[in-house]
Amino acid sequence: MAEIIFIGLSLASILLLVALGLAITYGAMGVINMAHGELVMLGAYTAVLAIRYLDVPFVLCMPLAFLVSGTIGYATERLLVRHLYGRLIDTLLATWGLSYILIQLVRVDFGLAFLGINVPGLGPGLQNVPIPAYLTRPILIGGFHFQTYRSFIILVALLLLLLTWWLIFRTSYGMQLRAVSANRNTAACCGVNDRRVNAWTFAYGSGLAGVAGVLLSGLQTVDPDMGTHLVIDGFLVVVVGGVGSILGAIASSAVLGEINGLVALWWNDTVARAAVFALVIAIIIVRPRGLFALRGR
Amino acid sequence: MGTPCGTGLNLGAWGMNIERRKILKSATLGAAALTVPTILGSRAARAEGEIRVGVLYSLTGTTAIVEKSMSQVTLMAIDEINKAGGVLGKKVVPIVEDPASDPRTFNEKANKLVVGDQVPSVFGCYTSASRKAVLPVFEQFHNLLWYPTYYEGFECSKNVIYTGAVPNQQLSNFVPWIIKTLGKKKFFIIGSNYVYPREMSKVTRILLKQHGGEWVADEYLPLGDAEWAAMVAKIKNSGCDVVFSNVVGDSVVAFYREYKNQGLSMDKLPICATVTSEIEVAAMGPEFAVDSYTSFPYFETVDNPQNHRFVEKYKSFAGKDAVTYHALECSYFQVHLWAQAIEKAGKADPMAIREAALGQKYLAPEGPVKIEPQNQNTWLTPRIGQAQSDGMFKIVDAYKEPIMPLPYAAYGETPTNLFCTAHGLNIPKLRMALQKS
Repeated sequence: MAEIIFIGLSLASILLLVALGLAITYGAMGVINMAHGELVMLGAYTAVLAIRYLDVPFVLCMPLAFLVSGTIGYATERLLVRHLYGRLIDTLLATWGLSYILIQLVRVDFGLAFLGINVPGLGPGLQNVPIPAYLTRPILIGGFHFQTYRSFIILVALLLLLLTWWLIFRTSYGMQLRAVSANRNTAACCGVNDRRVNAWTFAYGSGLAGVAGVLLSGLQTVDPDMGTHLVIDGFLVVVVGGVGSILGAIASSAVLGEINGLVALWWNDTVARAAVFALVIAIIIVRPRGLFALRGR
Repeated sequence: MGTPCGTGLNLGAWGMNIERRKILKSATLGAAALTVPTILGSRAARAEGEIRVGVLYSLTGTTAIVEKSMSQVTLMAIDEINKAGGVLGKKVVPIVEDPASDPRTFNEKANKLVVGDQVPSVFGCYTSASRKAVLPVFEQFHNLLWYPTYYEGFECSKNVIYTGAVPNQQLSNFVPWIIKTLGKKKFFIIGSNYVYPREMSKVTRILLKQHGGEWVADEYLPLGDAEWAAMVAKIKNSGCDVVFSNVVGDSVVAFYREYKNQGLSMDKLPICATVTSEIEVAAMGPEFAVDSYTSFPYFETVDNPQNHRFVEKYKSFAGKDAVTYHALECSYFQVHLWAQAIEKAGKADPMAIREAALGQKYLAPEGPVKIEPQNQNTWLTPRIGQAQSDGMFKIVDAYKEPIMPLPYAAYGETPTNLFCTAHGLNIPKLRMALQKS
């Protein structure tokens, strides 16, 4: 029983990590960022390269990846997304193209492969991130074996959640963000610099993706294609949770993660994935705006 | 009085501006003129002192982790042969294609090599899915595929030379050894969801019945899937005492990591794998694989002079961190077998090369190998290795000499009762065997 809950919680926390950034950019700005999975991938590669060349301890790779992915997100917003506000399909297409560019950049070692230079840690092969020993040693509490690393992921997910909540509801930047997502033009009339708010929001959402990438690198191999399916999972969570609602993202990742874990344990993982999709379809039919839809935009 | 097109433009018969037509005409002629040297040139090159071969391994995608090095070692072997004078007095020129781990693309590229470039042989394919996808091309155009990867058997094509292990060379030694030497009888069979792991599981279950073991589960995860939490939990709760893994590709890495993270230890509940080689161990980190077992005819630690030479040469070619493994070694020695065959055949014709290849012998890094004339598979020496903390395998069991490959061993094929012979597959015999099992 405890195992079912734990596995569901672990899957939910991974979903939440990936989806939180997406929920913020989609919810606050109405921008569909198809390159979100690649920002996760770049966060993972940051961990690979930082550990390999700079000897950065694993835990410090997280803020580093936050900065790296956040910077790339900021640049994406300023150079690409800013010109496509209000054009939903165009942002979708443009960010989809960006995701391909990012994948191939990593594959060709950012261009160095054409010069015959192969950087160990980049390229089309698989990379692995060594996890520090204190995160792999198992903890036994009351006969139940706690997986240390997955518990760490749950902890980090909660911390990031708290950070995001504090940022949005307890700072002036957060107030501006809420104003801009409610009604951009009115907020601008009230003196809010909506362009700057958007840029920093995009950067924050992307930074969260980077942190997710570092954590994922400890569970699976790091390769250029690892992000492609993550954006789908992220959007499932955001759409089911309700656009613009952080609470919705929490609720839907909890539900979807738990259902995935349950069905996978009881039956198998392929059926579990089908079950998750079936559940998403059912929820969308019954509540088209998601579980916790905010009123109006 | 104006004409309907009285805009002042000089519109000719096609409604186009005459200037534009002139430009289009000259541009087309120019482009055609540019391609002529290429067409003439390649035909000329084909006639002169070179023999082209296809090299068809994924350089990108989910199985590139393994296939990229197979491509590299093929080029290394071709380079060796050219330095020794080439074949039939001509230089061997490889045409490298990247099918990107996608079976459909494998088929396209195979078509391009066989029909477009008209190569007499192709070295390629790792996954059985890709082999099945290219088979129609080689059978339709009477060409020859040299397939270096261990596979599930159950195939008898006259257009493929199989140089990798078949189940009787990987499983027939492994399953009895696990039951007798390790003392483990309850198997949890796990694999990736496609033909190879499913067929290997079938063979394993037949062997278990024959040797007094039992299987408690037979589960599959999609190829490339990296979320193993639920499956490993299932393994824990299943009451098995050994995990028999046919998991392929980068799923292997996530699997072994999750195994250790959930607190399972290899001495109480070992993973016995048919696919985890030196390369997967390097990708996951040796500490996750220590004390697990794998069955292959070749490990980098095989102790003989030709293997030491091979490993040294490969490391200087690909980097000192590169590792050698079974499929790599087969990719290497099959090029030399091909060179011997084409010399004997005397011409670059696929079917002549095939005839000449039957019965060819070579002293490979794993030991002496021979292409079996009846079913075109290769005689190999079965071995079992235990992963060590340095990423290499300690050989804990080895046969003294190579054994005959039997692609239908699971269905009762024996050296005196062959299902797949030089005349093709004996379908009535196979049907009877399938009905019995």
